[in-house]
Amino acid sequence: MDVIETDIAIIGAGGAGLRAAIAVAESDPQLKVALISKVYPMRSHTVAAEGGAAGVIKQNDSLGFHFHDTVSGGDWLCDQDAVELFVNQAPLELTQLEHWGCPWSREPDGHVAVRSFGGMKIERTWFAADKSGFHILHTLFQTSLQYPSISRFDEYYSTDLVVEDGRCQGLVAMEMRTGLLRMFRAKAVIIATGGAGWMFPFTTNGAIKTADGMAMAYRAGVPLKDMEFVQYHPTGLPGTGILLTEGCRGEGGILVNKDGYRYLQDYELGPPDPWPRKKAMELGPRDRLSQAFWHEQQKGRTVSTRWGEVVHLDLRHLGEAKINERLPMIRDLATSYVGADPVHELVPVRPVVHYMMGGIHTDIDAATPVPGLYAAGECACVSINGANRLGSNSLTELLVFGGRAGRHAAQYAREARPSVDGSLLLKRAETARKRVTDLFLREDQGKRIALLRKALNDAMEDGAGIYRSEESLKKSCDELAELRRCYGRVHLEDKSNVFNTHLIYTLEVGSMLEAAHAIAHSALQRKESRGSHQRLDFANRDDERYLKHSLAYYNADGDPRIDYLDVTITKSPPGKRVYGGDV
Amino acid sequence: MTYRTIELEILRYQPETDTEPRFQEYCVPCEEDWVVLDAVNYVKDHLDSTLSYRWSCHMAVCGSCGMMIDGEPKLACKTFVRDLPARKIRIEPLANFPIERDLVVGMDDFMEKLQRVKPYIIRDQQRPLADGEYLQTPAQLAKFKQYTLCINCCCCYAACPEYALRSEFIGPAALALAHRYNQDSRDHGAREREDIVASDEGIWDCSFADACSQVCPKHVDPAGAIQQMKVGATVSWYQERLGLRKKTGAENK
Repeated sequence: MDVIETDIAIIGAGGAGLRAAIAVAESDPQLKVALISKVYPMRSHTVAAEGGAAGVIKQNDSLGFHFHDTVSGGDWLCDQDAVELFVNQAPLELTQLEHWGCPWSREPDGHVAVRSFGGMKIERTWFAADKSGFHILHTLFQTSLQYPSISRFDEYYSTDLVVEDGRCQGLVAMEMRTGLLRMFRAKAVIIATGGAGWMFPFTTNGAIKTADGMAMAYRAGVPLKDMEFVQYHPTGLPGTGILLTEGCRGEGGILVNKDGYRYLQDYELGPPDPWPRKKAMELGPRDRLSQAFWHEQQKGRTVSTRWGEVVHLDLRHLGEAKINERLPMIRDLATSYVGADPVHELVPVRPVVHYMMGGIHTDIDAATPVPGLYAAGECACVSINGANRLGSNSLTELLVFGGRAGRHAAQYAREARPSVDGSLLLKRAETARKRVTDLFLREDQGKRIALLRKALNDAMEDGAGIYRSEESLKKSCDELAELRRCYGRVHLEDKSNVFNTHLIYTLEVGSMLEAAHAIAHSALQRKESRGSHQRLDFANRDDERYLKHSLAYYNADGDPRIDYLDVTITKSPPGKRVYGGDV
Repeated sequence: MTYRTIELEILRYQPETDTEPRFQEYCVPCEEDWVVLDAVNYVKDHLDSTLSYRWSCHMAVCGSCGMMIDGEPKLACKTFVRDLPARKIRIEPLANFPIERDLVVGMDDFMEKLQRVKPYIIRDQQRPLADGEYLQTPAQLAKFKQYTLCINCCCCYAACPEYALRSEFIGPAALALAHRYNQDSRDHGAREREDIVASDEGIWDCSFADACSQVCPKHVDPAGAIQQMKVGATVSWYQERLGLRKKTGAENK
């Protein structure tokens, strides 16, 4: 097998991977970086983030406010030392992006402008109109082009980590244009592969978000943390699931049900002021808003459309000028995909799977329990997001923790013992290769992969959606166990080498099945309701038993083992989450 | 809820088995609000799993799914089936690019050109982070904002008559990006970029056919950027001759 020698291998070239690569290059230009991604960097899903990135910069704000909003927004499942570090670093990272050329929207005097976002007490979300993620990604990618120590391996699909001697020493990846598998031998590896929304049928996520990195780490023995916490964004377009940013509501948009009634006032989010009140009504947190939709649907107060049940997002009162300035892409998307111009019409929306709070277990330095292995961004769980992420914290997170992952991996690589005998690593890599080549040898007997993915989607939506129960989750777990068995027999309909997207799709479904398995079992074991994890059979939060992170450990032949880890609480004792007029 | 059944005529090429590209036809039952990408995905999931193409976001921002649709370079995720009158839709890989397989084209040339125009902030002096952001008024932002919107879908290269004739031409998207940084009030790199931008392979190769701007799905107007750069390069050529040229490219922002 071909071997590519590098110092630090980074899997994923979205926001977190690029930020990590630049951090390595800036901290030590002598360290060689291999930036490995299954897509060209600018295709990474960071590109689709719209609303903005949170960081305290204005005089009326404070780091303490951002800290408290984040911790209470996460229903006290966040590690508070990590949140404190995060809010402290956030302004510096966002300023750094400004220096690198990010076209942030501005105030008339030239200072960076900020907007309101859900669950945030003060407006502190930096934004570039409604394409903030797009601009962040392209700024990072373009900036990365000036560092000669960064070598890109675009359209390489990573399949397995190489762990030997108790530490991560590389990975195996397939060059998609040839089908060749290569080993990257590295002193440290950073996983930055993003989320896993594609395991659900209805998601804002791009088709590339398939849990690859989570599954790689999981199979290598790293636990997945807090996987039961899946965020539904309250305002996706029906049919496609295209995201309509929370910035719509930050700018003053309102949500109404079929009677034109601002229904959020019935869910402890009122009063329904005519102006946008912070942490109230439409500026409540995403979990609460998505749950409110579910209740409206139960009461028959949603609107029936050919795409299913929806509520309406009303932006008309903002006026054409403001919509064009602040939300131009939203106008285009709504007009194109559902035929509703928000300047003149109500826009149909409904909750849609958006973000994984859970992910690869890391500490505050982005290090996993396996020496030499780091993770950052949506694939990781530090955790600053706890049981519910606040909108606009994730773009900042991938900067803060992507940067940390790069710096700490660089330090580790400089100090790492020389790697063991290369032949032992190659032996590991050969095992990984066999996992792929075996797929080519299977006879035609299993389920088609597209049907398998459909069944996975159904199992997750039916059992592990906005509201869950023992019964629904057990059914999901059973179905997933059966699908994992089916997957063991799946065969390839395309056995070619060059750009075989059917093979990639097959491997991706394998990754999603493992991550989904961790989600369903973690959710089944958590017998309480907290943040985005709502159990119909355990309606209350139970701090005595579950003020803990869950850790799911991989088990190749059966159910994952679920363990628990204490939450780090430094200065905010668990309290009641309060939104609306009582804040 | 089938709205109508269409025929897709898709160019196929599998270098391991095909000696040359060929067309293959598929019958697809479409729904009313489907885009062409939905129809292609239907083929992949239900009819032929061997079809290869790139896609991800399905919302016209990742830039993966640029392809020739009835002879025009378009994003498959933003081209609605209902807007294509014919029952048969022809889909081919982006013109002017080498085919790797089926609808997947080689991007190496474009990626190399993107890097060559130095698309990053170049400063004479860095400002410490602790001093906060650079001030930039909305008017200063407006000077380059449009040119930041390129998603690198490469539809402009597929439409460009100059690139078709001479692949050395740096081309619309990369030149527009150079212009984007040149026009940014935080940047001092215009002079450094000029060596590439105003070279034989740069702006002077453009014959202002405007095809790039007409097909751009994000309305970036690369042709306009190139014409502005031509004016700028001409002015600086005269400045140089008259001994008026300044040391940095930061003037006139």
